Amino acid sequence: MQLANEKTPGMSDANSSKPLLRLKNVKQHFPITAGLLRRQAGMIKAVDGVDFDLMPQENLGLVGESGCGKTTLGRTILHLYRPTEGQILFKDVNLTQLKPSALRALRPKMQMIFQDPQDSLNPRMTVGSIIAEPLDEHSTLKGKDRSNRVEELLDAVGLNPRYTNRYPHEFSGGQRQRIGIARALGLNPEFIICDEPIAALDVSIQAQVVNLLEDLQEKLGLTYLFISHDLGMIRHISKRVAVMYLGKIVELGPAHELYSRSRHPYTKALLSAVPLHNPGREAKRERIILTGDVPSPANPPSGCPFRTRCPIAETRCANSMPQPKKLSLGHWVACHLVD
Amino acid sequence: MIQYIIRRLLAAIPTLLVISFVIFAILDLAPSDPTGNLPMTVPSEVREKIRTSLGLDQPMHIRYYKWLVQFVVNEPLNILQHSFGVTVGDAENRTRILSWATRSPVIDLIVERTPQTLWVVGLSFLFGILIAIPIGIVQAYRQYSLFDQIGTFVAMLGFSVPTFFTGVVAIIVFSVQLKWFPMIYDTTLEITSWNNFVLQVKQMIMPVTVLAFYQASQLSRFMRAAILDNLNLDYVRTARSKGRSESAVLMIHVLRNSLIPIVTLIALGIPTIFGGAIITEQIFRVNGLGQLLIIAIEGADIPTVQTLTFLFAILIVLFNLIADVLYGMLDPRIRYD
Repeated sequence: MQLANEKTPGMSDANSSKPLLRLKNVKQHFPITAGLLRRQAGMIKAVDGVDFDLMPQENLGLVGESGCGKTTLGRTILHLYRPTEGQILFKDVNLTQLKPSALRALRPKMQMIFQDPQDSLNPRMTVGSIIAEPLDEHSTLKGKDRSNRVEELLDAVGLNPRYTNRYPHEFSGGQRQRIGIARALGLNPEFIICDEPIAALDVSIQAQVVNLLEDLQEKLGLTYLFISHDLGMIRHISKRVAVMYLGKIVELGPAHELYSRSRHPYTKALLSAVPLHNPGREAKRERIILTGDVPSPANPPSGCPFRTRCPIAETRCANSMPQPKKLSLGHWVACHLVD
Repeated sequence: MIQYIIRRLLAAIPTLLVISFVIFAILDLAPSDPTGNLPMTVPSEVREKIRTSLGLDQPMHIRYYKWLVQFVVNEPLNILQHSFGVTVGDAENRTRILSWATRSPVIDLIVERTPQTLWVVGLSFLFGILIAIPIGIVQAYRQYSLFDQIGTFVAMLGFSVPTFFTGVVAIIVFSVQLKWFPMIYDTTLEITSWNNFVLQVKQMIMPVTVLAFYQASQLSRFMRAAILDNLNLDYVRTARSKGRSESAVLMIHVLRNSLIPIVTLIALGIPTIFGGAIITEQIFRVNGLGQLLIIAIEGADIPTVQTLTFLFAILIVLFNLIADVLYGMLDPRIRYD
């Protein structure tokens, strides 16, 4: 999605109030090196031109199949990778141009909850020191105040505050994810990227963690970017949903509208893959089954990235990349065949 | 933890007994003759008398038992008496393990030679570690950079070229051509003045460098691999997202986790210090433990070989235990109950 012009960037409403986060044509390309001298042989276009706005206290869901660039986009927003191109504005500060030290000073305000609760905690640090580390780095809390804050955080995520001296491996997956959440909350962030926070948990725990995240959002006024491939969960938790395919956002809109009146053929196919709870209706349900694999992000198809698997693709789809079209307030779709 | 250590120590006793017997049997069954190095003019009756005086006429199990008693009981009692002045039992008639070559107690020979080995081999081990760890860290952090490529090449050179080659090259270049350092390590040198100290340092430089190069080559590869294993793990990304500086991420999070295999490797390497660098000691004429072992083997001095080899075995078993204990202390996921 290229910028149409500076005033109306793709997929964001011009008349909206001040966004907390604004992405403008963000690209994240990784070089592929090959051969004896490790010359650059190509580019993995993991994120290839993404724009959207995120309002304060909003919860934007980001869905898409494996390898479409959801996680990379999340990490790029937080500058865990330097974006190749584009601008990321957080509270009107352009993160891409910040020096590493200035960026570090901003980190308390934007945090991430990681997908894997097992590996994302340092196995040799106690839970207390994992949670306290950001406090040491960014706050002046010391001694008793510091340990009180750690206990308060553990309590906030529903863990026993006496667990501070235990190590991560002594906890279950759901408890570890709570530790990850407590760590992210430590410095009162405004914006949290939840990178598939429930994917590694079993279903009974998923509900607990999602409810915890919702409660915390309400209590602390957080803004979430909720990355998931669980469409049902996104429908439950997010008011607005972005659908990503091969590094690009193909459809973005209010959750109720997107789930009931999706326009992009990829979104339709994705939604048709969600099973229904009623077995009788499930048996009769018509599914849109996509053929073929996701094209390699190193060598994406010309024009529309989805055209190779699209059931309704035409010749013009191969010729040009569809520009995002506004269908109704806040509902954007990038497809030539949608009017 | 204490219980675990005691259990391991108790388990080590039968292990060591078996090891000592295997060493004894191998040495005894080997066709070596302590009188073999004597001149041809010595008649065979005299040779036979010499063998009898060494106790070689007794059956093997008796000799093994005698050696074992001397090693396990007599020598420790002797050390106790000399160090603390505590006399237990009949000190006058207590037999010690005697070298067949020098007729002096083997333990005394070992005590005499240990300092040289510890200084040369120990220092090289220490320098090797001090060089290898930072190099390994930088190599891993800047993987595939020019520094990494050069480091990999030098390390490959270091452990594929044996010390008897690098040692000789060092002697030719720095002793013969440039005349910077002495060719032979002088053990009699006593450090009484600044001049002597400088001499001591000078004669240690070459053997220490050659050995440290060899040690660092191996260790830096392990260090690099250990850091690389950890560098891309999720908890490192977590640390970055906490807003920690790169140096804190690397030194606190990555390094501490990467050191677990390295510390084990170092602990297991310490017994090899005592073993001496047999070849390097030969080349630089450092009369340390390695050289003692070589001379004893050449002269079929079985008590010396037996005692030295068994001491190495004890050290290896001991440091294995230390490595395991360190592992448990460094990695909270490992528990010994």
